[in-house]
Amino acid sequence: MPPRTLQQLWSWYGGYALGFVSLFLLWHLASVYLVSSVLFPPPAVVFRKAVTLVRTGVLLEHLWASIQRILAGFIAGSLLGVPIGLAMGSFRPVRKLLEPYTEFLRFIPSVAMITVAVIWFGIGEASKIFLIIYTTIFIVILNTAAGVSAIAPNKIRAAQALGATRRQIFFHVALPATVPYILTGMRLAMANSFTTIVAAELIAANEGLGKMLWDGRMFMLVDDIFVSLVTLGLLGFVVDRMFRWGIYTFAGKYSPAT
Amino acid sequence: MTPLVSFDDVQKTYRSLQGVDYPAVEHFSAEIEAGEFFCLLGPSGCGKTTVLKLLAGFEAPTSGQILMQGRPVTGASRDRGVVFQGDDSLYGWLTAVENVEFGLRMRGMARSERRERAMRYLQLVGLSGQERKYPAELSGGMKQRIQIARALVNEPAMLLMDEPFAALDAQTRALMQAELAGIWKTTRTTVLFITHDIDEAVTLGTRIGVMRAGPRSQVKGVIDVALDGARTRTDDVFLRYYKQVYEMIRDEVAKSIARTD
Repeated sequence: MPPRTLQQLWSWYGGYALGFVSLFLLWHLASVYLVSSVLFPPPAVVFRKAVTLVRTGVLLEHLWASIQRILAGFIAGSLLGVPIGLAMGSFRPVRKLLEPYTEFLRFIPSVAMITVAVIWFGIGEASKIFLIIYTTIFIVILNTAAGVSAIAPNKIRAAQALGATRRQIFFHVALPATVPYILTGMRLAMANSFTTIVAAELIAANEGLGKMLWDGRMFMLVDDIFVSLVTLGLLGFVVDRMFRWGIYTFAGKYSPAT
Repeated sequence: MTPLVSFDDVQKTYRSLQGVDYPAVEHFSAEIEAGEFFCLLGPSGCGKTTVLKLLAGFEAPTSGQILMQGRPVTGASRDRGVVFQGDDSLYGWLTAVENVEFGLRMRGMARSERRERAMRYLQLVGLSGQERKYPAELSGGMKQRIQIARALVNEPAMLLMDEPFAALDAQTRALMQAELAGIWKTTRTTVLFITHDIDEAVTLGTRIGVMRAGPRSQVKGVIDVALDGARTRTDDVFLRYYKQVYEMIRDEVAKSIARTD
């Protein structure tokens, strides 16, 4: 139920608001009184810089570049990961066959794959999207497969005793029962995508929030660096909230509780 | 007349991960007639649930054969509806009525018809008005009612119930037993009811099969319960049956406890 009264609004979001205020307050205090150096600008300076960068369109250009890459790679990685995870969780031979891939590759961090990605796909979009797919797919596969093996055997047995065919059991029992795990995997993958995209853009990109960081270092634009950092934090926060909101709104009945 | 179900010298051996064999039931024979309420009673770990799983078709016997209506049981089928002990067999993403109509939907029955039937069975188990709730929003007793309705709406030849009330509190359990007795009188579906509770068996059963302590369990004896109508726990007749069953099972319980120690 959405909050109606001011009091409800306060009890729902009050703590959050206070938390954020204290974060910026501490930052301000640390910057002005503790460090007092141009290398650590206070929030007000960063905010003014952000406004300028928004006006000139630079910030949004970088932001949009990063978001596009994350979305493309994340959606492709999830679309590939879910069916593979379902197959691995459902069929033992498939699991045996694919486990060497997942268990081997998931320990090679996507950051380490940047080198190969750039050699193979150049510094354009393809290499970034490849890296986001790479960072997304294994988490989604593992969570999906774990979800399939966590299905209570009685759910399957009940369906058998109710006359369901194997195909029906897959689509009407196994798949919906796994949805909470799939969504959790996707949420984790989304968080990882942020790490990966920045690392990739740091090394090779023409635009993006990572490129903005790199340029800031090159030209000693400390304020720009902080604008990029804060944008990353906010973007991650907002996207994660949206994901959670989406789960509760559209998939609330797939809650892991039952 | 051939019985509805017959277990003929059935054996089921489980092998542990360490490769040790455990013969749960051995030389198990029993017959269930159409229309009766057969309670299979035994101490914990005696293989009652194994018997139910074999008849349900979830597991195959190591040797021997189980016949239903003269045909061997080879797998699960909607001839045999199952009510499980816990609530983990319910579909948490479906509402009460959607859970109940699951079997009908899998069969391809039209939406309006299956909804109408499901509602009728929800009413039979006393869940009218709760049909749009999800299992997580319902109490333990209500969830067991959904399971019963879900199995009955399919109109199975028999109902297999695996200690369906064991996880409920005493008051709810007594209430559910009374309601199940009422449902059984209405539908006259054949029931195999697994329990470890003598009181429950005498309250519900028309026949009670007492099992020996495991391993290598089998039916020790069968008692006909000629208690038609009111079965109150204070009746002399009720107490006589209770005593009879108790004396048959006492040694088995002692053996089963000695083995687990």
